[in-house]
Amino acid sequence: MDKTLRNPGQAIAQIPDGAVVMIGGFGGAGAPIELIHALIDHGARDLTVINNNAGNGRIGIAAMIDAGMVAKMICSFPRSSDARAFNEKYLAGEIELELVPQGTLAERIRAGGAGIPAFYTPTGFGTELAKGKPVAEFEGRSYVQERWLKADFALIKAELGDPHGNLTYNKTARNFNPLMCAAAQMTIAQVSKLVTAGEIDPEHVITPGLFVDHLIEIPDPKQEELLIRAGEVYP
Amino acid sequence: MTQISLSNAQIAWRAAQDIADGAYVNLGIGFPEKVAQYQPDGRRAIFHTENGLLDFGPSPAPGDEDWDLINAGKRAVTLNPGASFFHHADSFAMVRGGHLDVAILGTYQVAQNGDLANWRVGDKGVPAVGGAMDLVHGAKRVAVITDHVTKKGAPKLVEHCSFPLTGLACVTRVYTSLAVVDIEAGRFVLREKLPQISLAALQDVTGAELHITDPVVDLITPDL
Repeated sequence: MDKTLRNPGQAIAQIPDGAVVMIGGFGGAGAPIELIHALIDHGARDLTVINNNAGNGRIGIAAMIDAGMVAKMICSFPRSSDARAFNEKYLAGEIELELVPQGTLAERIRAGGAGIPAFYTPTGFGTELAKGKPVAEFEGRSYVQERWLKADFALIKAELGDPHGNLTYNKTARNFNPLMCAAAQMTIAQVSKLVTAGEIDPEHVITPGLFVDHLIEIPDPKQEELLIRAGEVYP
Repeated sequence: MTQISLSNAQIAWRAAQDIADGAYVNLGIGFPEKVAQYQPDGRRAIFHTENGLLDFGPSPAPGDEDWDLINAGKRAVTLNPGASFFHHADSFAMVRGGHLDVAILGTYQVAQNGDLANWRVGDKGVPAVGGAMDLVHGAKRVAVITDHVTKKGAPKLVEHCSFPLTGLACVTRVYTSLAVVDIEAGRFVLREKLPQISLAALQDVTGAELHITDPVVDLITPDL
């Protein structure tokens, strides 16, 4: 079994206009910058993007928004140190926002990957973010029904990967990545180091290869936080 | 001039005195993060951050940052021996599942029934909620640290929140620049107040009735 591809473009070219795309990362940690930039080169439009944030600076998701590729963001925190790209489009009414509490976002993605169409959570009960959602009482407390989130594609950043698609992550770069791997029809992972099958101790595999369709080795990947601090712009 | 309100550092110090050794604690982004600096000698709480890390330490020296090792405020942090990483769904299972001992948050308003409003002040601009709505459910204690009044002098402890709610009936204790107030059975119960302020003056700047069930203790903190 070999799920590796030579360059991101081969995998990314499959993403059509109108696709729902999950993108891993929280802040600069775990953001698959090279895959996102390959998606900008590919140029799919009218995308729904699912990420914790809504882009920062002029690279990554912010550059996708600047390029007019994103019709809708599903996220918990569209603010960032430089959220100009999203703010401008949102305040001009040119991008839709579905705001989801962070833990609910994670659990909705987990549920999508696990085949659970809906679940009840205490989060958001009685707030404007629960408006219109079914409510039920369990053991004397009120809970809000939330639905699964699934995607056509997931763009993932991992540390080690093997040809079966088994993945490990680096520190807090794990965040949403393992959840998104399971919740997308097609998962494309960039790995900082490709190793042979068996080199990752099975006890240490975080994402089993079954959840991954394609992986591309990107040695020394760019770190979003450093690009933003350097004022980088893509393309 | 006599000091008539606590500094943010002093409010954070007071909140830190109530955190037990070994407690699992989530501190909200910004002001609440200060609480970590004032743990009493001999106690070490274990800090949780939403983006998948337990037991992180202070920021590294400038230049030593690892941007794959950050907290929910996107600030570079360090690891303590015994730290662990996990994905976002596990992180919020710790929150909603009732596994954290304490969450300490900032606020715009807190109501006498424990309702909290801390995520937006109106319907202008770009809304952003992050993990606030999750954090107010699940921790065994949800405490708020705040100035007693707004910059314009309006009460932040109120009968009913006028700003959009983060959670209903979730706050158990409020540490302010003037007092320590518990929320019990839908009312504010005054526990401690600055000795320099009279009960009447404190009530004047509080938007709901302060109840007294036990002798009110003087709120004394170090100079910080």
